[in-house]
Amino acid sequence: MFFLYNAGSQCQFCRSFSMTPAISIKDLYKTYDNGFEALKGISLDVAEGDFFALLGANGAGKSTTIGVLSTLVRKTSGSVQVFGKNVDTNSYETKLDLGVVPQEVNFNHFEKVFDIVVTQGGYYGLPVKLAKQRAEKYLKQLGLWDKQNQQARNLSGGMKRRLLIARALVHEPRLLLLDEPTAGVDIELRRSTWEFLQEINRGGTTIILTTHYLEEAETLCRNIAMIDAGVIVENTSMKSLLRKLHQEYFLLDLREELTQAPVLDGYNCQLIDPAILEVALESHQDLNDVFNRLQALNIQVKSMRNKSNRLEQLFVSLLKKPEQTA
Amino acid sequence: MHTLPLNYKLTAFKTIVWKEVRRFLRIWVQTLVPPVITISLYFVIFGNLIGSRIGQMNGFTYMEFIVPGLIMMAVINNSYANVVSSFFSQKYQRSIEELLVSPVPNYVILSGFVIGGVTRGLAIGLIATIMSLFFTGLHMHNIAITLLVVLMSSIVFSLGGFINAIYANKFDDITIIPTFILTPLIYLGGVFYSVDLLPDFWRLVSQINPIFYMVNAFRYGILGVSDVNVVFAFLMLVMFTVTLFLFALFLLRRGKGLRH
Repeated sequence: MFFLYNAGSQCQFCRSFSMTPAISIKDLYKTYDNGFEALKGISLDVAEGDFFALLGANGAGKSTTIGVLSTLVRKTSGSVQVFGKNVDTNSYETKLDLGVVPQEVNFNHFEKVFDIVVTQGGYYGLPVKLAKQRAEKYLKQLGLWDKQNQQARNLSGGMKRRLLIARALVHEPRLLLLDEPTAGVDIELRRSTWEFLQEINRGGTTIILTTHYLEEAETLCRNIAMIDAGVIVENTSMKSLLRKLHQEYFLLDLREELTQAPVLDGYNCQLIDPAILEVALESHQDLNDVFNRLQALNIQVKSMRNKSNRLEQLFVSLLKKPEQTA
Repeated sequence: MHTLPLNYKLTAFKTIVWKEVRRFLRIWVQTLVPPVITISLYFVIFGNLIGSRIGQMNGFTYMEFIVPGLIMMAVINNSYANVVSSFFSQKYQRSIEELLVSPVPNYVILSGFVIGGVTRGLAIGLIATIMSLFFTGLHMHNIAITLLVVLMSSIVFSLGGFINAIYANKFDDITIIPTFILTPLIYLGGVFYSVDLLPDFWRLVSQINPIFYMVNAFRYGILGVSDVNVVFAFLMLVMFTVTLFLFALFLLRRGKGLRH
Protein backbone atom coordinates (compact mmCIF):
# COMPACT_ATOMS: atom_id res chain seq x y z
CA MET A 1 0.00 0.00 0.00
CA PHE A 2 3.03 2.24 0.04
CA PHE A 3 2.24 3.61 -3.39
CA LEU A 4 -1.23 4.62 -2.25
CA TYR A 5 -0.53 6.49 0.94
CA ASN A 6 2.96 7.78 0.37
CA ALA A 7 2.80 8.82 -3.24
CA GLY A 8 4.09 12.29 -2.44
CA SER A 9 7.13 11.22 -0.44
CA GLN A 10 7.98 8.42 -2.82
CA CYS A 11 7.86 10.95 -5.58
CA GLN A 12 10.26 13.30 -3.82
CA PHE A 13 12.69 10.48 -3.26
CA CYS A 14 12.80 9.39 -6.86
CA ARG A 15 12.33 12.73 -8.56
CA SER A 16 15.94 13.71 -8.94
CA PHE A 17 16.77 10.33 -10.52
CA SER A 18 13.80 9.97 -12.78
CA MET A 19 14.17 10.60 -16.47
CA THR A 20 10.61 9.60 -17.24
CA PRO A 21 8.49 12.60 -18.18
CA ALA A 22 5.52 13.37 -15.96
CA ILE A 23 3.39 13.37 -19.06
CA SER A 24 4.12 12.36 -22.59
CA ILE A 25 1.50 13.07 -25.22
CA LYS A 26 1.95 11.86 -28.79
CA ASP A 27 -0.20 12.80 -31.79
CA LEU A 28 -3.28 13.49 -29.71
CA TYR A 29 -6.46 14.10 -31.65
CA LYS A 30 -9.89 14.85 -30.29
CA THR A 31 -13.00 15.37 -32.35
CA TYR A 32 -16.20 15.88 -30.38
CA ASP A 33 -19.50 14.27 -31.38
CA ASN A 34 -20.66 17.55 -32.93
CA GLY A 35 -17.69 17.39 -35.32
CA PHE A 36 -15.59 20.05 -33.60
CA GLU A 37 -11.89 19.23 -33.84
CA ALA A 38 -10.51 20.37 -30.49
CA LEU A 39 -7.06 18.79 -30.79
CA LYS A 40 -5.31 18.25 -34.10
CA GLY A 41 -2.36 16.03 -33.31
CA ILE A 42 -0.61 17.66 -30.39
CA SER A 43 2.59 16.17 -28.95
CA LEU A 44 3.96 17.33 -25.64
CA ASP A 45 6.37 16.19 -22.94
CA VAL A 46 6.40 17.69 -19.45
CA ALA A 47 9.37 16.85 -17.22
CA GLU A 48 8.86 15.57 -13.70
CA GLY A 49 9.02 18.42 -11.17
CA ASP A 50 8.24 21.05 -13.78
CA PHE A 51 5.83 23.95 -13.41
CA PHE A 52 4.38 24.00 -16.88
CA ALA A 53 1.94 26.41 -18.50
CA LEU A 54 -0.48 25.57 -21.25
CA LEU A 55 -1.58 28.84 -22.73
CA GLY A 56 -4.28 29.56 -25.22
CA ALA A 57 -7.41 31.52 -25.97
CA ASN A 58 -10.87 30.21 -25.13
CA GLY A 59 -11.62 27.12 -27.21
CA ALA A 60 -7.96 26.62 -28.16
CA GLY A 61 -7.85 23.08 -26.71
CA LYS A 62 -6.35 23.59 -23.23
CA SER A 63 -9.25 22.14 -21.25
CA THR A 64 -9.65 19.30 -23.73
CA THR A 65 -6.00 18.37 -23.14
CA ILE A 66 -6.54 18.44 -19.37
CA GLY A 67 -9.77 16.49 -19.89
CA VAL A 68 -7.98 13.74 -21.81
CA LEU A 69 -5.31 13.49 -19.09
CA SER A 70 -7.97 13.22 -16.39
CA THR A 71 -10.05 10.78 -18.52
CA LEU A 72 -13.13 13.02 -18.51
CA VAL A 73 -12.61 13.47 -22.25
CA ARG A 74 -12.10 10.46 -24.49
CA LYS A 75 -9.37 10.95 -27.05
CA THR A 76 -10.05 10.19 -30.69
CA SER A 77 -6.51 8.92 -31.28
CA GLY A 78 -2.95 9.27 -30.03
CA SER A 79 -1.19 8.12 -26.90
CA VAL A 80 -0.99 9.63 -23.43
CA GLN A 81 1.42 8.48 -20.75
CA VAL A 82 1.59 9.65 -17.15
CA PHE A 83 4.93 8.89 -15.47
CA GLY A 84 5.61 6.35 -18.18
CA LYS A 85 2.31 4.53 -17.80
CA ASN A 86 -0.28 4.48 -20.52
CA VAL A 87 -3.59 5.99 -19.39
CA ASP A 88 -5.53 3.42 -21.43
CA THR A 89 -3.88 0.28 -20.09
CA ASN A 90 -2.88 1.50 -16.60
CA SER A 91 -5.75 3.82 -15.83
CA TYR A 92 -5.92 3.00 -12.10
CA GLU A 93 -2.23 3.72 -11.54
CA THR A 94 -2.18 6.87 -13.64
CA LYS A 95 -5.26 8.21 -11.89
CA LEU A 96 -3.61 7.69 -8.50
CA ASP A 97 -0.79 9.97 -9.65
CA LEU A 98 -3.14 12.74 -10.78
CA GLY A 99 -4.84 15.55 -8.92
CA VAL A 100 -7.30 17.58 -10.96
CA VAL A 101 -8.49 21.13 -10.34
CA PRO A 102 -11.22 21.77 -12.91
CA GLN A 103 -12.12 25.08 -14.46
CA GLU A 104 -15.70 24.96 -13.17
CA VAL A 105 -16.55 24.49 -9.51
CA ASN A 106 -17.79 20.92 -9.41
CA PHE A 107 -18.37 19.89 -5.80
CA ASN A 108 -21.69 19.38 -4.07
CA HIS A 109 -22.57 22.84 -2.78
CA PHE A 110 -24.62 21.41 0.07
CA GLU A 111 -21.78 19.32 1.49
CA LYS A 112 -19.57 20.65 4.25
CA VAL A 113 -16.11 21.85 3.24
CA PHE A 114 -14.36 19.25 5.41
CA ASP A 115 -16.56 16.41 4.13
CA ILE A 116 -15.81 17.27 0.50
CA VAL A 117 -12.08 16.85 1.02
CA VAL A 118 -12.34 13.75 3.24
CA THR A 119 -14.73 12.05 0.80
CA GLN A 120 -12.31 12.66 -2.06
CA GLY A 121 -9.59 11.02 0.04
CA GLY A 122 -11.86 7.99 0.39
CA TYR A 123 -12.16 7.73 -3.39
CA TYR A 124 -8.37 7.43 -3.49
CA GLY A 125 -8.34 4.68 -0.88
CA LEU A 126 -7.20 6.79 2.09
CA PRO A 127 -8.40 5.44 5.45
CA VAL A 128 -10.73 7.91 7.17
CA LYS A 129 -8.18 8.92 9.81
CA LEU A 130 -5.52 9.75 7.24
CA ALA A 131 -8.03 11.49 4.97
CA LYS A 132 -9.09 13.69 7.89
CA GLN A 133 -5.47 14.55 8.73
CA ARG A 134 -4.77 15.47 5.11
CA ALA A 135 -7.98 17.49 4.86
CA GLU A 136 -6.98 19.47 7.96
CA LYS A 137 -3.46 20.02 6.61
CA TYR A 138 -4.54 21.35 3.21
CA LEU A 139 -7.54 23.33 4.45
CA LYS A 140 -5.23 25.05 6.92
CA GLN A 141 -2.60 25.74 4.29
CA LEU A 142 -5.22 27.20 1.97
CA GLY A 143 -6.83 29.33 4.67
CA LEU A 144 -10.12 27.40 4.74
CA TRP A 145 -9.86 25.66 8.11
CA ASP A 146 -12.23 28.05 9.85
CA LYS A 147 -14.82 27.27 7.14
CA GLN A 148 -14.55 23.49 7.58
CA ASN A 149 -18.09 23.05 8.92
CA GLN A 150 -19.76 25.41 6.48
CA GLN A 151 -21.65 24.24 3.44
CA ALA A 152 -19.55 24.84 0.35
CA ARG A 153 -22.23 27.09 -1.16
CA ASN A 154 -21.49 29.68 1.53
CA LEU A 155 -17.89 30.15 0.42
CA SER A 156 -16.81 33.09 -1.71
CA GLY A 157 -15.72 32.46 -5.31
CA GLY A 158 -12.04 32.57 -4.41
CA MET A 159 -12.52 30.20 -1.48
CA LYS A 160 -14.38 27.73 -3.69
CA ARG A 161 -11.42 27.64 -6.05
CA ARG A 162 -9.06 27.02 -3.14
CA LEU A 163 -11.31 24.24 -1.93
CA LEU A 164 -10.92 22.63 -5.36
CA ILE A 165 -7.15 22.74 -4.85
CA ALA A 166 -7.36 21.23 -1.35
CA ARG A 167 -9.60 18.47 -2.70
CA ALA A 168 -7.17 17.71 -5.53
CA LEU A 169 -4.24 17.47 -3.13
CA VAL A 170 -5.77 15.20 -0.48
CA HIS A 171 -4.18 12.07 -1.94
CA GLU A 172 -0.89 13.95 -2.52
CA PRO A 173 -0.62 13.34 -6.24
CA ARG A 174 2.69 13.47 -8.11
CA LEU A 175 1.10 15.55 -10.85
CA LEU A 176 -1.36 18.38 -10.31
CA LEU A 177 -3.48 19.57 -13.24
CA LEU A 178 -4.90 23.04 -12.78
CA ASP A 179 -7.40 24.30 -15.31
CA GLU A 180 -7.49 28.07 -14.84
CA PRO A 181 -7.23 27.89 -11.07
CA THR A 182 -7.42 31.60 -10.38
CA ALA A 183 -10.16 32.60 -12.82
CA GLY A 184 -12.34 35.20 -11.12
CA VAL A 185 -10.15 35.32 -8.01
CA ASP A 186 -9.19 38.72 -6.58
CA ILE A 187 -5.58 39.86 -6.73
CA GLU A 188 -4.73 39.19 -3.08
CA LEU A 189 -6.11 35.65 -3.12
CA ARG A 190 -4.51 35.01 -6.50
CA ARG A 191 -1.10 35.99 -5.16
CA SER A 192 -1.42 33.79 -2.10
CA THR A 193 -2.63 30.90 -4.27
CA TRP A 194 0.44 31.37 -6.47
CA GLU A 195 2.70 31.24 -3.43
CA PHE A 196 0.99 28.06 -2.26
CA LEU A 197 1.38 26.42 -5.66
CA GLN A 198 5.03 27.39 -5.84
CA GLU A 199 5.57 25.77 -2.45
CA ILE A 200 3.81 22.59 -3.58
CA ASN A 201 5.98 22.56 -6.69
CA ARG A 202 9.16 23.07 -4.63
CA GLY A 203 8.05 20.05 -2.58
CA GLY A 204 8.32 17.98 -5.76
CA THR A 205 4.84 17.98 -7.28
CA THR A 206 4.77 18.48 -11.03
CA ILE A 207 2.23 21.15 -11.95
CA ILE A 208 0.56 21.76 -15.28
CA LEU A 209 -1.45 24.93 -15.40
CA THR A 210 -3.77 26.25 -18.06
CA THR A 211 -4.47 29.91 -17.91
CA HIS A 212 -5.16 32.92 -19.95
CA TYR A 213 -3.72 35.18 -17.27
CA LEU A 214 -0.40 35.58 -18.98
CA GLU A 215 1.12 37.18 -15.93
CA GLU A 216 0.28 34.00 -14.02
CA ALA A 217 2.19 31.84 -16.47
CA GLU A 218 5.14 34.24 -16.50
CA THR A 219 5.30 34.38 -12.70
CA LEU A 220 4.90 30.69 -11.98
CA CYS A 221 6.04 28.55 -14.86
CA ARG A 222 9.44 27.42 -16.07
CA ASN A 223 8.22 25.94 -19.32
CA ILE A 224 5.35 26.80 -21.56
CA ALA A 225 3.35 25.55 -24.52
CA MET A 226 1.02 27.78 -26.48
CA ILE A 227 -1.94 26.16 -28.11
CA ASP A 228 -4.11 27.64 -30.80
CA ALA A 229 -7.02 25.96 -32.58
CA GLY A 230 -5.91 22.53 -31.38
CA VAL A 231 -2.31 22.93 -32.51
CA ILE A 232 0.75 23.67 -30.38
CA VAL A 233 2.34 26.80 -31.84
CA GLU A 234 5.18 27.10 -29.33
CA ASN A 235 6.74 24.77 -26.77
CA THR A 236 9.79 26.03 -24.97
CA SER A 237 11.16 27.38 -21.71
CA MET A 238 9.72 30.61 -20.38
CA LYS A 239 13.17 32.23 -20.52
CA SER A 240 13.81 31.42 -24.14
CA LEU A 241 10.28 32.45 -25.03
CA LEU A 242 10.74 35.84 -23.41
CA ARG A 243 14.07 36.24 -25.19
CA LYS A 244 12.15 36.16 -28.44
CA LEU A 245 10.59 39.46 -27.58
CA HIS A 246 11.82 42.08 -29.99
CA GLN A 247 10.52 44.87 -27.86
CA GLU A 248 10.19 45.25 -24.15
CA TYR A 249 8.23 47.94 -22.39
CA PHE A 250 9.34 49.75 -19.24
CA LEU A 251 7.38 52.12 -17.08
CA LEU A 252 9.43 54.91 -15.52
CA ASP A 253 8.00 56.75 -12.50
CA LEU A 254 9.14 60.35 -12.80
CA ARG A 255 10.05 62.60 -9.92
CA GLU A 256 8.26 65.54 -11.55
CA GLU A 257 5.22 65.54 -13.76
CA LEU A 258 5.54 66.30 -17.48
CA THR A 259 3.03 67.84 -19.85
CA GLN A 260 4.26 65.94 -22.91
CA ALA A 261 6.51 62.96 -23.58
CA PRO A 262 10.18 63.80 -24.17
CA VAL A 263 11.59 63.08 -27.60
CA LEU A 264 14.37 60.51 -27.34
CA ASP A 265 15.89 59.80 -30.71
CA GLY A 266 15.39 56.14 -31.67
CA TYR A 267 13.09 55.35 -28.76
CA ASN A 268 9.33 55.16 -28.68
CA CYS A 269 8.16 57.06 -25.58
CA GLN A 270 4.73 58.03 -24.37
CA LEU A 271 3.21 59.44 -21.24
CA ILE A 272 0.79 57.03 -19.57
CA ASP A 273 0.20 59.54 -16.82
CA PRO A 274 1.84 62.94 -16.20
CA ALA A 275 4.33 61.16 -13.91
CA ILE A 276 4.68 57.81 -15.74
CA LEU A 277 6.68 57.45 -18.91
CA GLU A 278 6.47 54.32 -21.02
CA VAL A 279 9.59 53.51 -23.03
CA ALA A 280 9.75 50.75 -25.65
CA LEU A 281 13.17 49.15 -25.91
CA GLU A 282 14.30 47.17 -28.94
CA SER A 283 16.45 44.11 -28.19
CA HIS A 284 19.64 45.88 -29.37
CA GLN A 285 18.99 49.01 -27.30
CA ASP A 286 20.35 49.81 -23.87
CA LEU A 287 18.44 51.05 -20.84
CA ASN A 288 21.49 53.03 -19.62
CA ASP A 289 21.31 55.08 -22.80
CA VAL A 290 17.69 55.96 -21.99
CA PHE A 291 18.66 57.13 -18.51
CA ASN A 292 21.54 59.21 -19.87
CA ARG A 293 19.27 60.92 -22.36
CA LEU A 294 16.62 61.62 -19.76
CA GLN A 295 19.34 62.96 -17.46
CA ALA A 296 20.44 65.30 -20.23
CA LEU A 297 16.87 66.62 -20.44
CA ASN A 298 16.87 67.07 -16.66
CA ILE A 299 14.18 64.42 -16.18
CA GLN A 300 14.67 62.48 -12.94
CA VAL A 301 13.48 58.87 -12.69
CA LYS A 302 12.24 57.81 -9.26
CA SER A 303 11.68 54.14 -9.97
CA MET A 304 11.16 51.75 -12.83
CA ARG A 305 9.17 48.58 -13.56
CA ASN A 306 8.73 46.12 -16.31
CA LYS A 307 5.40 46.34 -18.06
CA SER A 308 3.71 43.03 -17.31
CA ASN A 309 2.20 42.31 -20.69
CA ARG A 310 5.38 41.04 -22.32
CA LEU A 311 4.03 37.56 -22.73
CA GLU A 312 0.80 38.94 -24.05
CA GLN A 313 2.56 40.65 -26.92
CA LEU A 314 4.38 37.47 -27.76
CA PHE A 315 1.22 35.42 -27.48
CA VAL A 316 -0.62 37.69 -29.88
CA SER A 317 2.29 37.69 -32.32
CA LEU A 318 2.55 33.89 -32.23
CA LEU A 319 -1.13 33.44 -32.85
CA LYS A 320 -0.95 35.83 -35.79
CA LYS A 321 1.74 33.80 -37.55
CA PRO A 322 -0.52 31.16 -39.11
CA GLU A 323 -2.81 33.86 -40.49
CA GLN A 324 0.14 35.70 -41.98
CA THR A 325 1.45 32.62 -43.73
CA ALA A 326 -2.01 31.57 -44.92
CA MET B 1 -4.53 -3.90 -16.97
CA HIS B 2 -3.45 -3.51 -13.37
CA THR B 3 -5.99 -3.71 -10.58
CA LEU B 4 -6.26 -1.96 -7.26
CA PRO B 5 -5.82 -3.68 -3.89
CA LEU B 6 -9.03 -4.96 -2.33
CA ASN B 7 -8.82 -2.72 0.74
CA TYR B 8 -8.57 0.30 -1.55
CA LYS B 9 -11.80 -0.71 -3.31
CA LEU B 10 -13.53 -1.36 0.01
CA THR B 11 -12.54 2.09 1.30
CA ALA B 12 -13.87 3.71 -1.88
CA PHE B 13 -17.07 1.65 -1.67
CA LYS B 14 -17.67 2.59 1.98
CA THR B 15 -17.00 6.23 1.12
CA ILE B 16 -19.65 6.23 -1.61
CA VAL B 17 -22.22 4.42 0.53
CA TRP B 18 -21.64 6.71 3.51
CA LYS B 19 -21.89 9.77 1.28
CA GLU B 20 -25.23 8.50 -0.05
CA VAL B 21 -26.55 7.75 3.43
CA ARG B 22 -25.36 11.13 4.69
CA ARG B 23 -27.22 12.77 1.80
CA PHE B 24 -30.61 11.23 2.49
CA LEU B 25 -30.23 11.78 6.24
CA ARG B 26 -29.28 15.43 5.66
CA ILE B 27 -32.45 16.04 3.65
CA TRP B 28 -34.66 13.79 5.82
CA VAL B 29 -37.62 16.13 5.45
CA GLN B 30 -37.63 15.34 1.73
CA THR B 31 -36.56 11.71 1.91
CA LEU B 32 -37.96 10.15 5.09
CA VAL B 33 -41.01 12.16 6.11
CA PRO B 34 -43.11 12.08 2.87
CA PRO B 35 -43.14 8.27 2.54
CA VAL B 36 -44.14 7.94 6.18
CA ILE B 37 -47.10 10.27 5.65
CA THR B 38 -48.12 8.56 2.39
CA ILE B 39 -47.98 5.08 3.91
CA SER B 40 -49.97 6.23 6.97
CA LEU B 41 -52.69 7.54 4.65
CA TYR B 42 -52.78 4.25 2.75
CA PHE B 43 -53.12 2.31 5.99
CA VAL B 44 -55.88 4.57 7.31
CA ILE B 45 -57.90 5.02 4.12
CA PHE B 46 -57.47 1.76 2.20
CA GLY B 47 -56.73 -0.57 5.06
CA ASN B 48 -58.88 0.74 7.86
CA LEU B 49 -61.77 2.73 6.38
CA ILE B 50 -62.40 1.01 3.05
CA GLY B 51 -60.74 -2.30 3.91
CA SER B 52 -63.18 -3.02 6.74
CA ARG B 53 -66.02 -3.08 4.17
CA ILE B 54 -64.20 -5.25 1.63
CA GLY B 55 -64.02 -8.39 3.68
CA GLN B 56 -61.48 -11.17 3.26
CA MET B 57 -58.96 -11.59 0.41
CA ASN B 58 -57.10 -14.89 -0.06
CA GLY B 59 -58.10 -15.82 3.48
CA PHE B 60 -56.82 -12.65 5.17
CA THR B 61 -58.40 -9.35 6.16
CA TYR B 62 -57.94 -6.68 3.51
CA MET B 63 -55.57 -4.78 5.84
CA GLU B 64 -53.41 -7.88 6.29
CA PHE B 65 -53.48 -8.49 2.54
CA ILE B 66 -52.29 -5.02 1.49
CA VAL B 67 -49.58 -4.56 4.17
CA PRO B 68 -46.89 -6.54 2.24
CA GLY B 69 -47.76 -4.69 -0.98
CA LEU B 70 -47.58 -1.29 0.72
CA ILE B 71 -44.23 -2.11 2.32
CA MET B 72 -42.90 -3.27 -1.04
CA MET B 73 -44.27 -0.15 -2.73
CA ALA B 74 -42.42 2.03 -0.23
CA VAL B 75 -39.18 0.07 -0.72
CA ILE B 76 -39.39 0.22 -4.53
CA ASN B 77 -40.25 3.93 -4.70
CA ASN B 78 -37.57 4.99 -2.25
CA SER B 79 -34.78 2.82 -3.65
CA TYR B 80 -35.47 4.19 -7.10
CA ALA B 81 -35.90 7.80 -5.96
CA ASN B 82 -32.70 7.80 -3.93
CA VAL B 83 -30.41 6.68 -6.71
CA VAL B 84 -32.05 8.59 -9.55
CA SER B 85 -32.07 11.90 -7.67
CA SER B 86 -28.62 11.51 -6.11
CA PHE B 87 -26.80 10.38 -9.23
CA PHE B 88 -28.56 12.86 -11.49
CA SER B 89 -27.92 15.82 -9.20
CA GLN B 90 -24.25 14.82 -8.98
CA LYS B 91 -24.18 14.61 -12.76
CA TYR B 92 -26.04 17.91 -13.10
CA GLN B 93 -23.71 19.86 -10.82
CA ARG B 94 -20.77 17.82 -12.15
CA SER B 95 -19.64 16.63 -8.73
CA ILE B 96 -19.73 13.15 -10.24
CA GLU B 97 -16.40 14.16 -11.83
CA GLU B 98 -14.86 13.73 -8.35
CA LEU B 99 -15.46 10.02 -8.80
CA LEU B 100 -14.76 9.83 -12.51
CA VAL B 101 -11.23 11.25 -12.21
CA SER B 102 -10.46 8.95 -9.28
CA PRO B 103 -9.31 5.35 -9.78
CA VAL B 104 -12.55 3.87 -8.38
CA PRO B 105 -13.60 1.03 -10.71
CA ASN B 106 -17.00 1.37 -12.39
CA TYR B 107 -18.50 -1.62 -10.61
CA VAL B 108 -17.55 -0.10 -7.24
CA ILE B 109 -19.21 3.21 -8.21
CA LEU B 110 -22.35 1.38 -9.31
CA SER B 111 -22.42 -0.86 -6.23
CA GLY B 112 -21.95 2.13 -3.93
CA PHE B 113 -24.90 4.02 -5.37
CA VAL B 114 -27.07 0.89 -5.40
CA ILE B 115 -26.33 0.08 -1.76
CA GLY B 116 -27.08 3.72 -0.91
CA GLY B 117 -30.50 3.27 -2.55
CA VAL B 118 -31.04 -0.07 -0.85
CA THR B 119 -30.23 1.48 2.53
CA ARG B 120 -32.91 4.14 2.10
CA GLY B 121 -35.38 1.65 0.61
CA LEU B 122 -34.95 -0.78 3.48
CA ALA B 123 -35.03 1.99 6.09
CA ILE B 124 -38.39 3.16 4.73
CA GLY B 125 -39.54 -0.47 4.48
CA LEU B 126 -38.70 -0.95 8.15
CA ILE B 127 -40.56 2.21 9.12
CA ALA B 128 -43.58 1.08 7.08
CA THR B 129 -43.47 -2.33 8.79
CA ILE B 130 -43.38 -0.73 12.25
CA MET B 131 -46.28 1.56 11.29
CA SER B 132 -48.32 -1.39 10.06
CA LEU B 133 -48.18 -2.83 13.59
CA PHE B 134 -50.47 -0.01 14.71
CA PHE B 135 -53.14 -1.30 12.34
CA THR B 136 -52.70 -5.06 12.24
CA GLY B 137 -50.55 -7.89 13.58
CA LEU B 138 -47.41 -8.94 11.68
CA HIS B 139 -47.43 -12.40 10.13
CA MET B 140 -44.13 -13.98 9.13
CA HIS B 141 -44.51 -17.10 7.03
CA ASN B 142 -40.87 -17.32 5.88
CA ILE B 143 -38.41 -14.68 7.03
CA ALA B 144 -35.63 -15.75 4.63
CA ILE B 145 -37.85 -15.36 1.56
CA THR B 146 -39.21 -12.07 2.89
CA LEU B 147 -35.75 -10.56 3.42
CA LEU B 148 -34.32 -11.91 0.17
CA VAL B 149 -37.21 -10.63 -1.92
CA VAL B 150 -37.21 -7.19 -0.37
CA LEU B 151 -33.42 -6.92 -0.76
CA MET B 152 -33.41 -8.04 -4.38
CA SER B 153 -36.35 -5.83 -5.28
CA SER B 154 -34.59 -2.88 -3.73
CA ILE B 155 -31.45 -3.66 -5.74
CA VAL B 156 -33.43 -3.97 -8.98
CA PHE B 157 -35.07 -0.57 -8.54
CA SER B 158 -31.89 1.10 -7.38
CA LEU B 159 -30.31 -0.12 -10.61
CA GLY B 160 -33.34 1.20 -12.49
CA GLY B 161 -32.89 4.59 -10.87
CA PHE B 162 -29.20 4.59 -11.81
CA ILE B 163 -29.94 3.88 -15.48
CA ASN B 164 -32.67 6.54 -15.52
CA ALA B 165 -30.18 9.07 -14.09
CA ILE B 166 -27.55 8.21 -16.70
CA TYR B 167 -29.99 8.88 -19.54
CA ALA B 168 -31.53 11.97 -17.92
CA ASN B 169 -30.47 15.35 -19.24
CA LYS B 170 -32.78 17.54 -17.18
CA PHE B 171 -34.72 17.25 -13.94
CA ASP B 172 -37.96 16.50 -15.85
CA ASP B 173 -36.35 13.30 -17.13
CA ILE B 174 -36.03 11.86 -13.63
CA THR B 175 -39.73 12.32 -12.87
CA ILE B 176 -41.13 10.94 -16.15
CA ILE B 177 -40.27 7.29 -15.47
CA PRO B 178 -41.56 7.23 -11.86
CA THR B 179 -44.78 9.05 -12.82
CA PHE B 180 -45.68 7.34 -16.07
CA ILE B 181 -44.14 3.90 -15.69
CA LEU B 182 -43.25 3.06 -12.09
CA THR B 183 -46.48 4.21 -10.41
CA PRO B 184 -48.83 2.42 -12.87
CA LEU B 185 -46.73 -0.75 -12.62
CA ILE B 186 -46.94 -0.64 -8.81
CA TYR B 187 -50.70 -0.05 -8.78
CA LEU B 188 -51.24 -2.79 -11.36
CA GLY B 189 -48.77 -5.11 -9.64
CA GLY B 190 -51.22 -6.58 -7.18
CA VAL B 191 -50.54 -4.30 -4.22
CA PHE B 192 -54.23 -3.71 -3.57
CA TYR B 193 -55.86 -6.80 -5.06
CA SER B 194 -55.40 -10.42 -6.00
CA VAL B 195 -55.11 -11.02 -9.77
CA ASP B 196 -57.78 -13.68 -9.34
CA LEU B 197 -60.23 -10.76 -9.37
CA LEU B 198 -59.12 -9.69 -12.85
CA PRO B 199 -60.55 -10.88 -16.18
CA ASP B 200 -58.32 -13.41 -18.02
CA PHE B 201 -56.83 -10.85 -20.40
CA TRP B 202 -55.69 -8.46 -17.63
CA ARG B 203 -54.46 -11.37 -15.56
CA LEU B 204 -52.15 -12.27 -18.48
CA VAL B 205 -51.05 -8.64 -18.87
CA SER B 206 -50.16 -8.54 -15.16
CA GLN B 207 -47.67 -11.34 -15.74
CA ILE B 208 -45.36 -9.10 -17.78
CA ASN B 209 -45.17 -6.64 -14.89
CA PRO B 210 -41.99 -7.31 -12.84
CA ILE B 211 -43.49 -5.67 -9.75
CA PHE B 212 -46.29 -8.25 -9.79
CA TYR B 213 -43.68 -10.95 -9.03
CA MET B 214 -41.97 -8.93 -6.35
CA VAL B 215 -45.17 -8.05 -4.50
CA ASN B 216 -46.42 -11.63 -4.64
CA ALA B 217 -43.14 -13.23 -3.59
CA PHE B 218 -42.95 -10.76 -0.71
CA ARG B 219 -46.55 -11.45 0.24
CA TYR B 220 -45.74 -15.15 0.20
CA GLY B 221 -42.86 -14.55 2.62
CA ILE B 222 -45.16 -12.71 5.03
CA LEU B 223 -48.59 -14.33 4.60
CA GLY B 224 -47.77 -17.58 2.80
CA VAL B 225 -50.12 -16.76 -0.12
CA SER B 226 -49.12 -15.77 -3.64
CA ASP B 227 -50.62 -15.41 -7.12
CA VAL B 228 -47.40 -16.70 -8.69
CA ASN B 229 -44.90 -19.50 -8.25
CA VAL B 230 -42.30 -18.17 -5.79
CA VAL B 231 -39.38 -19.96 -7.46
CA PHE B 232 -40.35 -18.40 -10.78
CA ALA B 233 -40.61 -15.00 -9.06
CA PHE B 234 -37.06 -15.45 -7.71
CA LEU B 235 -35.76 -16.35 -11.14
CA MET B 236 -37.34 -13.19 -12.53
CA LEU B 237 -35.70 -11.13 -9.79
CA VAL B 238 -32.28 -12.67 -10.46
CA MET B 239 -32.70 -12.06 -14.18
CA PHE B 240 -33.67 -8.41 -13.66
CA THR B 241 -30.82 -7.84 -11.22
CA VAL B 242 -28.13 -9.32 -13.48
CA THR B 243 -29.44 -7.69 -16.67
CA LEU B 244 -29.80 -4.22 -15.16
CA PHE B 245 -26.43 -4.43 -13.38
CA LEU B 246 -24.62 -5.39 -16.59
CA PHE B 247 -26.46 -2.74 -18.58
CA ALA B 248 -25.66 -0.02 -16.04
CA LEU B 249 -22.02 -1.12 -16.04
CA PHE B 250 -21.97 -0.99 -19.83
CA LEU B 251 -23.32 2.58 -19.77
CA LEU B 252 -20.72 3.62 -17.18
CA ARG B 253 -17.91 2.08 -19.20
CA ARG B 254 -19.08 3.89 -22.31
CA GLY B 255 -19.24 7.08 -20.25
CA LYS B 256 -22.79 7.73 -21.48
CA GLY B 257 -23.62 11.31 -20.51
CA LEU B 258 -20.56 11.43 -18.24
CA ARG B 259 -17.44 11.56 -20.39
CA HIS B 260 -17.21 13.53 -23.63
